[in-house]
Amino acid sequence: MTVHDTKLSRRTLLKGSAGLVLGAYVARADKLFAQAAAKPSVNIAPNTFLIIKPDSTVTVLCKGIEFGQGPFTGMATLVAEELDADWAQMRADHAPSNPQLYKNLAFGMQGTGGSTAIANSYIQMRQVGAAARQMLVAAAADAWQVPAGEITVDNGVIKHASGHEGRFGEFADKAMAMPVPADPKLKDPSQFRLIGKEGVVKRLDSADKTNGKAFYTLDINEPDMLTVVVARSPKFGGKVASFDATAAKAVAGVVDVKQVSNGVAVYAKGFWPAKMGREALKITWDDSKAEKRGSAELLQQFRGLSKTAGKLVKAEGKFEESMAKGGRVIEVEYVFPYLAHAAMEPLNAYLKWDGDTAYARYGCQFPTPDHMAISKVLGLPIEKVKIDVLLAGGSFGRRAQQSTHQAIELAEVAKAIGPGKPVKLVWTREDDMRGGYYRPYCIHRMRGAVRDGKIEAWSDTIVSQSIMKGSFFESMMFKDGLDPTSYEGSNEIPYDVENFRCDMHQVDVGVPVLWWRSVGHTHTGYVVEAFVDELLEAAGKDPIEGRLELLSKKPRHAGALKAVAELADWKNYKVPAGRARGVAVVESFNTFVAQVVELSMTDDGPKVHKVWCAVDCGVAVNPDIIRAQMEGGIGFGLGHILYAEQTLDAGAPVSGNFDTYRSLRINEMPEIEVVIVKSTEKPSGVGEPGVPPLGPAVANALAKLGVGRPRQLPIVPGASA
Amino acid sequence: MAAFTLKINGQAREVDVDPNTPLLWAIRDGAGLTGTKYGCGVAQCGACTVYVDGQTVRSCSMPVSAIGTSEITTIEGLDSKEAKAVQAAWVALDVPQCGYCQSGQVMSATALLSVNPTPTDNDIDLAMNGNICRCATYVRIRAAIHGAAKSLEG
Repeated sequence: MTVHDTKLSRRTLLKGSAGLVLGAYVARADKLFAQAAAKPSVNIAPNTFLIIKPDSTVTVLCKGIEFGQGPFTGMATLVAEELDADWAQMRADHAPSNPQLYKNLAFGMQGTGGSTAIANSYIQMRQVGAAARQMLVAAAADAWQVPAGEITVDNGVIKHASGHEGRFGEFADKAMAMPVPADPKLKDPSQFRLIGKEGVVKRLDSADKTNGKAFYTLDINEPDMLTVVVARSPKFGGKVASFDATAAKAVAGVVDVKQVSNGVAVYAKGFWPAKMGREALKITWDDSKAEKRGSAELLQQFRGLSKTAGKLVKAEGKFEESMAKGGRVIEVEYVFPYLAHAAMEPLNAYLKWDGDTAYARYGCQFPTPDHMAISKVLGLPIEKVKIDVLLAGGSFGRRAQQSTHQAIELAEVAKAIGPGKPVKLVWTREDDMRGGYYRPYCIHRMRGAVRDGKIEAWSDTIVSQSIMKGSFFESMMFKDGLDPTSYEGSNEIPYDVENFRCDMHQVDVGVPVLWWRSVGHTHTGYVVEAFVDELLEAAGKDPIEGRLELLSKKPRHAGALKAVAELADWKNYKVPAGRARGVAVVESFNTFVAQVVELSMTDDGPKVHKVWCAVDCGVAVNPDIIRAQMEGGIGFGLGHILYAEQTLDAGAPVSGNFDTYRSLRINEMPEIEVVIVKSTEKPSGVGEPGVPPLGPAVANALAKLGVGRPRQLPIVPGASA
Repeated sequence: MAAFTLKINGQAREVDVDPNTPLLWAIRDGAGLTGTKYGCGVAQCGACTVYVDGQTVRSCSMPVSAIGTSEITTIEGLDSKEAKAVQAAWVALDVPQCGYCQSGQVMSATALLSVNPTPTDNDIDLAMNGNICRCATYVRIRAAIHGAAKSLEG
């Protein structure tokens, strides 16, 4: 979801520096990043990644956060493969904040996003497993006084022909103290027993997530802990002018009330008195610098801009000249709303600060910047700050905060009440939903021309807010003053079109925005795939055959498309009466996903009956998790294009809960069939790429049904307030 | 504040809270049982589902003062044969992703199978559409309920 320019990542790694992200930070003399930058080599030390207990269980410390997308299981699979462990002995937990040891190799800092978990760890974690295997064998060879080369490891059992036999636990202490081999030999893929195999690897976290034992931040309940809720400005950018806490402090269970930079914090013994205390606060807000525009005003501004040329992103051929030649000329506008992530567990975090040290525990997606933010607010050296990462109830981008706003607020509420008082900061659902950091509001104006059955011209004028502007990503990721996450997917379409243009207006709005599962592709995937379908329709082409003709330089797009055509039996399938099918294919984060949707119309809007999905994510490490992510991505995409929208009333976000921010429910979930395209390409991510094709496939099916492609989302008007 | 004795999972638990405190927070902050989750606070998402005298209830929207001597069952106290079948089916199909809603899903699914051992897809829709899963694990939830039903047939 974040730094998904892989060319940049590769170049960065080749240079041997820890990355441009770091560069930006080092320039600000931030010690933590400087330390990571000074240690650019890839860490494969088993004693930093593995805990091998006397009972021979192997716990893999996962660099990334587990909030559903499966890195616990994924990292353990990579390690276990090379370690020749028995899957039953594998466990996983989160690595603590330490960018020297646990940085994301695609980012140069510790953090999860951009569907990079497997992609950036595929070699590294296998090396960890291979190194550990080699060290365990060496320890056993030493103990048994036999040559290491004669020892075998199979399913967690170390053996020698002399009859010696042992398990990892017996040799772990000795092995982990040995020097780490510099370049441990990895298996040839033909030898894999776990990677890519069906049915042998089960998720490590399923049981605890079924019996209530899985431990989340909200579940922290330490002695003397205070639960804190913060009253924040109803309008973005508003500040506290004055407040009266008399009534709040009179609420039984409320311990204290303090002002912080973001609002007024209420400290209580438990959540309910904190919430009641907050409701009793009397606050006057200073809205002089607040965003006061409503959705209608934004639409007007964005629409006006979309009719003028923006800053050029990319041009090929002669677009305007080609358009002037006429033929079938099509111009359409697509409007995308602000979207909240609305993860099941609203934001929250715990911090214990004693004046000299700070210990934070929460579902932290970007440990490195958060670590620095906490250290800065509390005035502590970074080595006096510790962050343990906990499971989180979803994120979809919301916890990957380049602004570090939650870490700052957490440290501020701890600081405001003073040392020795552990705090659990809790956002209510309404706080979370009205708290901003949305998928940006944006408009695409598409123009194209078809002549003689061929798409001759294509342009896309984008009007959007920037996600990265003002953050530490800006200096490394911006290109010519523009945020590439606003146009990714629109600037380089996969189709052969001779005359092409993409331009953009980058607009400032006082609403905080953030990456939202699949980032720019949430809207660029929609417009590119809906528009190519519309142009192909004008050209009289079949949606799949027509696309394939234009994908001459994009074999993996074509491969995914062919795979889904076969899965859905595109040519011969008889679509039931009253239904129609549509297709879309989108590359995001180096993963290629094609989907076919079958739907009908009801009084409550489209009813999607079935989705066929083909995914090419390179080497498939955990096939069942890949399928699960496709299923989840489809459901997530569908719920939002059908129903979800955050609107603004004079600057204040309207929807505060699921009654007005409608979420997909089980009765709206389609049947799903997934095929994984066989590939030997290096593995890429699956957390996000299931989302983008769903929307346009629905739109294209609606067009086929005669309803037309929805130009303004969500499709079902009035589902949200 | 007032003292309440709640019967949770067969045990008497003293909680000292405001009478208007939702049962959810009495269970979580008062009794220290954290398997029951907060998701919305307005009975929209089902993450807080518990049983009160065997009936599914959104604990976020029922004040603790309304409980009286009723028996409360939370995810920690589930031990019926239906519950075990549901949990086994959940694990067999690796249903959970983030997992945060799954206590509520398991409570609702168990309640369904307890009254309807062979639910149709439509029965599942009706029983489960009060439980939101933002990861959209619905395909597997449905399959796991059918799987659990099948395993109970024995």
